[in-house]
Amino acid sequence: MLRLVWLHKTENERRVMIARGKNASDLFPAVVKNVACKNIEVKKLVYVYLVRYAEEQQDLALLSISTFQRGLKDPNQLIRASALRVLSSIRVTIIVPIMMLAIKEAASDMSPYVRKTAAHAIPKLYSLDPEQKDCLIEVIEKLLADKTTLVAGSVVMAFEEVCPERIDLIHKNYRKLCNLLIDVEEWGQVVIINMLTRYARTQFLNPNMNEGGGEKKKTEATAIVRRKPYVMDPDHRLLLRNTKPLLQSRNAAVVMAVAQLYFHLAPKAEVGVIAKALVRLMRSHSEVQYVVLQNVATMSIKRRGMFEPYLKSFYIRSTDPTQIKVLKLEVLTNLANETNISTILREFQTYIKSNDKDFVAATIQAIGRCATNIGEVRDTCLNGLVQLLSNRDELVVAESVVVIKKLLQMQPEQHSDIIKHMAKLTDNIQVPMARASILWLIGEYCEHVPKIAPDVLRKMAKTFTNEEDIVKLQIINLAAKLYLTNSKQTKLLTQYVLNLAKYDQNYDIRDRARFIRQLIVPTDKSGALSKYAKKLFLALKPAPVLESPFKDRDHFQLGSLSHLLNAKAGGYQVLPDWPEAAPDPSVRNVEVKESVRAVETVTARDRGPLGAPQNQRGQSSGEDEKKSEKKSKPRIGSSESESEEDNDSESESSESEEESEEESEEEIKKKKKTHTHTQRDKTHTFYIGVQMFATICKPAWLNMQFLLNPLPVSVPQTIVPSGNLKTYELLHRITGEGLSVEYCFSRQPFSPDPHMVAVKIQFTNSATSEAKSLHVEDAKLQSGMRIKEFPEIEVLPAGETVSVVMGIDFCDSTQAANFQLCTHTRKFFVSIQPPVGELMMPIFMTENEFKKEQGQLMGMNEITEKLTLEEKCQGEHAIVQRVTTAANLSRVPCGSDKECRFAGKTVTSGSLVLVSVVTKENGAAQLTVNCEKMVIGTMLVKDILQALTQ
Amino acid sequence: MIHSLFLVNSSGDIFLEKHWKSVVSRSVCDYFFEAQERASEPENVPPVIPTPHHYLISVLRHRIYFVAVIQSEVPPLFVIEFLHRVVDTFQDYFGVCTEAAIKDNVVVVYELLEEMLDNGFPLATESNILKELIKPPTILRTVVNTITGSTNVGEQLPTGQLSVVPWRRTGVKYTNNEAYFDVVEEIDAIIDKSGSTITAEIQGVIDACVKLTGMPDLTLSFMNPRLLDDVSFHPCVRFKRWEAERILSFIPPDGNFRLLSYHVSSQNLVAIPVYVKHNITFREGSSQGRFELTLGPKQTMGKGVEAVLVSSQLPRGVLNTNLNPTQGTYTFDPVTKLLSWDVGKINPQKLPSLKGSMSLQAGASKPDENPTINIQFKIQQSALSGLKVNRLDMYGEKYKPFKGIKYMTKAGKFQVRT
Repeated sequence: MLRLVWLHKTENERRVMIARGKNASDLFPAVVKNVACKNIEVKKLVYVYLVRYAEEQQDLALLSISTFQRGLKDPNQLIRASALRVLSSIRVTIIVPIMMLAIKEAASDMSPYVRKTAAHAIPKLYSLDPEQKDCLIEVIEKLLADKTTLVAGSVVMAFEEVCPERIDLIHKNYRKLCNLLIDVEEWGQVVIINMLTRYARTQFLNPNMNEGGGEKKKTEATAIVRRKPYVMDPDHRLLLRNTKPLLQSRNAAVVMAVAQLYFHLAPKAEVGVIAKALVRLMRSHSEVQYVVLQNVATMSIKRRGMFEPYLKSFYIRSTDPTQIKVLKLEVLTNLANETNISTILREFQTYIKSNDKDFVAATIQAIGRCATNIGEVRDTCLNGLVQLLSNRDELVVAESVVVIKKLLQMQPEQHSDIIKHMAKLTDNIQVPMARASILWLIGEYCEHVPKIAPDVLRKMAKTFTNEEDIVKLQIINLAAKLYLTNSKQTKLLTQYVLNLAKYDQNYDIRDRARFIRQLIVPTDKSGALSKYAKKLFLALKPAPVLESPFKDRDHFQLGSLSHLLNAKAGGYQVLPDWPEAAPDPSVRNVEVKESVRAVETVTARDRGPLGAPQNQRGQSSGEDEKKSEKKSKPRIGSSESESEEDNDSESESSESEEESEEESEEEIKKKKKTHTHTQRDKTHTFYIGVQMFATICKPAWLNMQFLLNPLPVSVPQTIVPSGNLKTYELLHRITGEGLSVEYCFSRQPFSPDPHMVAVKIQFTNSATSEAKSLHVEDAKLQSGMRIKEFPEIEVLPAGETVSVVMGIDFCDSTQAANFQLCTHTRKFFVSIQPPVGELMMPIFMTENEFKKEQGQLMGMNEITEKLTLEEKCQGEHAIVQRVTTAANLSRVPCGSDKECRFAGKTVTSGSLVLVSVVTKENGAAQLTVNCEKMVIGTMLVKDILQALTQ
Repeated sequence: MIHSLFLVNSSGDIFLEKHWKSVVSRSVCDYFFEAQERASEPENVPPVIPTPHHYLISVLRHRIYFVAVIQSEVPPLFVIEFLHRVVDTFQDYFGVCTEAAIKDNVVVVYELLEEMLDNGFPLATESNILKELIKPPTILRTVVNTITGSTNVGEQLPTGQLSVVPWRRTGVKYTNNEAYFDVVEEIDAIIDKSGSTITAEIQGVIDACVKLTGMPDLTLSFMNPRLLDDVSFHPCVRFKRWEAERILSFIPPDGNFRLLSYHVSSQNLVAIPVYVKHNITFREGSSQGRFELTLGPKQTMGKGVEAVLVSSQLPRGVLNTNLNPTQGTYTFDPVTKLLSWDVGKINPQKLPSLKGSMSLQAGASKPDENPTINIQFKIQQSALSGLKVNRLDMYGEKYKPFKGIKYMTKAGKFQVRT
């Protein structure tokens, strides 16, 4: 029924239905069907709907997964990205493994946009299944090394959500992040800056450490004792320098982020630059103002000088919302000092006349604080406040009383007339807090007003029963104090008040009355305490300190939610204190990597935490270099023995490589069985990923069997003796101005990428001067072809020889790979064209397998040629030698000695290449080549024919 | 980051909700309503409200609260700035950002919100990219869509998201190539009782409307760039070039955008263009008060002051007013006690004034506060700070564009205390 309803709706109605999303979960199956709809808008809305309701309808949501998996392989990067985005948003636990693989694959995608989406998907997966944390950290680590601005912001965001404690992951990327920062999109900038603030706090020294605690202005001014010269870490400087321009951003969040960075990290003399930018933000929306003012309030306590020039920007307009007014007052109060207090007080006078009573109350509090902080104006303030006591508005008066009370406590002797004045106010003021304050004042300083005090008590005793609780408590207090100082006049009154209190409804008051009676009224039973009653009640009380509520808020990172609320919010990362001694700065050093890193291919192995364990190939070839260098030095000229040595070392290293390769191969098999995705060898897991997605996109999407599908991965073998390698010239000595370059196909598997052909390149410097920085540049390749350059050779001294290995993916064609070979002075256009026989690699097969495969490659895929063997090569051994020289194939064991069989597969696509040579009498023979790729087959026939007949 | 978004109208109904992660119940907004009740004025609702499990961050624009639900630590400005960006986008798309407009375009709204955030983290906030993804609704397109069943969603994939200049789409074509720049300055000032300036600052922006074919590279230079020492730029401006040469060099976005905004705060640079003479008195014991107000131009560099509007919040004790304007019309709302006087243009020969009496509540004592006067005005063809564009050059394209520049000064928060 529902489906019918759905189908009968017009497109527009459907749109609205999905968008409203009201109780639409019963329509789920019908809606999900539309996921494959051609109409893009409907499709997008289905996505929205799907993400919203998937959690409730898990089973049905799974129906849509295969669509997204198809999308993940789309040649269009935007479609790949959006498929990943929706797939990762579906909150269904059962697809976690699929998501994990999709993220891993996308993290090494060619397109930065897809990688960005992968970074976005990480926190989603993490919130769905926190157990994936370790795997996700690996992906984060890899993405952190990404060099594009598009990815940087998103991956740092993922880092902050998943593993903010892994600060060690940042070391290697620190400088890169600093340098990219200005080009990252604005939201990413905020996240990166906040993270780098924390990072810098753990890695650098306090730039203000020579200035003592740096707390109070006075101590700062006097006690600048230089303990030892402080030198700022260049990386610290880099961060400050690169963030400064962002103060000019149009985005308030970015400006705030930079401001907090400077506040927390910059030397005192440099913090001032942020003030201007923050003041500019004050013109923005009131919500922005609110947050900025909160932060300015905190900053202005610590660094008052910074905002003083902008004092007038904090003046209050009658149109400001109250919460903004109060915050501005706070800032103004913090900024007040001896020089500007008179202007500030004049400003305050206008504020007191405002309509907004809450604001007026806050202003009075502010005046009180100014008066306590600045001794010179205390009397002026006090007089002003006293004038306010005659204000018609009761709230104003009450607030004034409270503030005056606090001020008087500082120097009561001089102000008995004020106390008298206030005593009179008890008749009029009804606000409990104010009444309580007045009573407390009179009680405390009753010796200054000996005549009035008992009278006040008398009045209060009359109204006692109608007073608020806090007032009652103060009446009891007053009575007790008067009893102790002036018992003659007040004894009866006190008794009366205490009796009233004894039967009060409030137990606090009853308790207090009982306690005071025992303490002050001498009876036989009264204990030792009553002797000290006077001391207890009339002790000198310290004057209250009027403090800003923003004091010490800066232990929270400024600009954070926790700072705003003055309470730790969930997920808040504490800003660490500066370290005593700086940690090793060299962790941030980045080795100059092979330029190939910039071309993100699937070579993921090289991104170890220290950057040092680069890919094995690079390392081994590096070793080669060293070895050959060492060896060649003592005996220059004996080139023959040198090359021998060279080859030895090469095969040594390649053996070890094979071992590791095999090992990882086994690992993969294990993994396949256990479904675990811990990856020790990313390259290969990625490989599985590819395989998996090839299979997964069949409709049987949930069939996890795909993980068990056999992989056509062969165990590479090296059989060709290195002596047989044919070398080709890449650059002649004369055109190369003394630099000659030769290459040969080493027939080793190229470990960073199994789809590449390894090309060994040998440089000989026969010039008189040394050649520097040899590297590959500007490859002009046919589409699909790829190059993995060799690591740059920094110096090649005159007369020396060096060989390196690079990988080229020829895409199973004999098209040449063109590129430039650069030295520090020249660039040479060179090209490498592979013989067809080098485009394959040997595989092992049994005879039966060979026959079976051959049977499948009949018809067009089979090419047969008759030939007459040359005299010299009529033996079996000779044939094998010539064929394996012409093509990189391995021999397949064979029962008959009349037939030689060879097998291999092409490097890029892995198509089988089968060759058999059947010898007949008189040197006649028949050559058969079976290959799926007909072009390769034809060319191979030609080459082998030539090898055998000449 | 941002978990959910609720849109609340002025009567306290949630009329739209959107979740980017798992669904958060509507009841979380109860904390917001509580805070709303506590606040006397709509704008006094605190922007950040902590609740036991979530934090609510809200902005108020066009009498709609945009309430974002946050679950963990995130810079509050990040969220606030984003919410404002959402409102700006809605305004850009629908012309106005009202409850009705949002309800009419609910589909587009959902599509936009979906594109702007991914898992609570901003994804595409550039209006240029969004417009490629989702076409803004126009009347014509609505009609066409209903007839043909086609959609607002762009058929093409948004390539802008991938480019190095994400703010500009590729393949822009115009028959008339034009670039217009508006220099708009707003003056904020507080004038005290005696007419002296307490604070005055200028907030200026350069808004651009650039319709140029291809990928033009523009440079804009000023006669007096030194004025601009406190500026913020659109991301397209090359900052290094500005630092070094004080020249704005940029590849502009297509269409309307804000190129830069600046702030001139030093007093001596800010000339106050109007003056106010006022005499507002309440006498003790009488139920009458005097009200006199005269406006005049001052330092306007020969340009006329236009569209003058005076408003003032009179004290609560004022019952009614009986005033005579020499020009324009005035209204007084006895409930809100808001007096507003639409003056129009100031004629320097015959200064506009508003005189008369106010009747006060009988028996009540005289109000002790004096009202502040807010003034709005416009001055065409002049930028108060004296900023002048020197020249605009275009590189990278062959055609000759039509260029134009306009200056204007407006009053921002211009207050006179009495």
